[in-house]
Amino acid sequence: MAVETTTRAKLRWGLLDVLVVVFALVPVLWIASLSFKTPATLTDGKFIPREWTLDNYKTIFDTDQFVRALINSIGIALIATLIAVVLGAMAAYAISRLDFPGKRLLVGVSLLIAMFPQVSLVSPLFEIERQLKIFDTWPGLILPYITFALPLAIYTLSAFFKQIPWDLEKAAKMDGATQAQAFRRVIAPLAAPGLFTTAILVFIFCWNDFLFAISLTSTERSRTVPAALSFFTGASQFEDPAGAICAAAVVITVPIILFVLFFQRRIVSGLTSGAVKG
Amino acid sequence: MSINATPTGTDIAVEKTERQATVPVQRGGRRRKAPLSENKKAERRLGWLLCAPAALVMVAVTAYPILYSVWLSLQRYDLRFPDQREFIGLENYVTVLTNEFWWTAFGVTALITVVTVAVELVLGMGLAIIMHRTLVGRGLVRTAALIPYGIVTVVAAFSWRYAWTPGTGYLADLFSDGAPLTERASSLAIIMFAEIWKTTPFMALLLMAGLALVPEDLLKAASTDGATAWQKFTKVMLPVMKPAILVALLFRTLDAFRVFDNIFVLTAGGNETSSVSMLAYNNLIRGLNLGIGSTMSVLIFITVAIIAFVFVKLFGTAAPGSDDSERR
Repeated sequence: MAVETTTRAKLRWGLLDVLVVVFALVPVLWIASLSFKTPATLTDGKFIPREWTLDNYKTIFDTDQFVRALINSIGIALIATLIAVVLGAMAAYAISRLDFPGKRLLVGVSLLIAMFPQVSLVSPLFEIERQLKIFDTWPGLILPYITFALPLAIYTLSAFFKQIPWDLEKAAKMDGATQAQAFRRVIAPLAAPGLFTTAILVFIFCWNDFLFAISLTSTERSRTVPAALSFFTGASQFEDPAGAICAAAVVITVPIILFVLFFQRRIVSGLTSGAVKG
Repeated sequence: MSINATPTGTDIAVEKTERQATVPVQRGGRRRKAPLSENKKAERRLGWLLCAPAALVMVAVTAYPILYSVWLSLQRYDLRFPDQREFIGLENYVTVLTNEFWWTAFGVTALITVVTVAVELVLGMGLAIIMHRTLVGRGLVRTAALIPYGIVTVVAAFSWRYAWTPGTGYLADLFSDGAPLTERASSLAIIMFAEIWKTTPFMALLLMAGLALVPEDLLKAASTDGATAWQKFTKVMLPVMKPAILVALLFRTLDAFRVFDNIFVLTAGGNETSSVSMLAYNNLIRGLNLGIGSTMSVLIFITVAIIAFVFVKLFGTAAPGSDDSERR
């Protein structure tokens, strides 16, 4: 693959690009299209709606079921992301900067958890959370989310932390700052972009979860949108909930699309740096 | 460097070794073996302190429950009949392992894992090369490819479900005889297709990280020597990318083995399309049978551990984590 910038080569790549873009976007456009269809045209099988309507969106925002689930989703994902990134940053700083026994053990453990089958935790967590009275509460979901987000956070952050100019830390220490101060005042601001990228990746993970969301909740109190979607019934029980489901699906897809549009570079660098490190 | 207020003889000695040990640090930036100084001890303490919360959460939410799961799996424990709870040894394991539903689900899971990972490796490699090499619209391709990665799996699954629903969907007519999601073979094909759509970008990103490591000079040299594109791919790129490929395969294999969301939405496990995760979930949350559900959980855990072990054996030195000391 020598560098050949001929028009034909450009055309060939352009064609492949279009193929990828179409393949990636069709399912998203399809669900958006369904969400704008009227009940009468919902089952016409056309990719582009013949009659456009916003009724489906009105319906879901009028019901407690969806609004409550959306609040749960946002709240749970934000809190879990915040905690996971803070704990992950502490551990990643120690891993990338300090020398202490047990470091490799921690790296090994987080690798194991990254590969852990979540379903294996569903039954014990179900039982434990019932006993601790946190079943069907926010903490009941936040805890497992933090756990499974931590390996991702630790790996991505230690990759980012390695690229920080550490001489600045040394300079700060020479000026009399302690290790902790050097971390807070000098390194944390430098690490902000990495923290932000990690936060996006962790948020996407929490936002996406379905298995814990349907297993560890039982009411609207803490059910997140992905779980609530599968319980949607429509305005009356005779109505096909497809339109409402699609509208709700579009609503929770919008933040993801915005992240991807604005932070594509960051997400790619976050995922690939974490990957090279393992 | 702080000096102790009341220096005793030993303290001074410690102070001395510390000073000697720190001199090379200033130049080389790397600490080498030295007797434990105050600084060193403080560093250790800080290291443990910083890691403790993360480690505690991870262990508390996984290690303890998995042990608890083993304990539950040794009991007859059905929440519908809590009075009949008793210790029954390995009886649940016999029940599950002689049950045809378990083995059907296991076969389905294995099939989905093998097929999707194999297809994703090929497609992911293609996508990685496109994302890495394309002459036009690189940002556009990368952005588009991230959408399947980021989108909520359940949302994508609903999109595919409605796409294949007769009457509603734009794809339903591809199968001449009606509803593809009501037949086993076509359902499985659609589940695998949905999985591949969703996770190929992740595979591609991991592979792209490996692609970036292929030295440009080497490719140029190969070109000068008259290598074809295929030869360059197999003889130059693949060997350099081997660690990245193995990492990608490991992560995707274990991830594919957990397949749940797509099946839940697309078929709800009907027509013998349940995966092991789906079966465990059904026994546990729908059936409220904690004993059997936990037994399946433990069996899935063991299977995943075996897969991971085999991979790590295959990795050899390329295993993630094996050369951490050098990388971190």
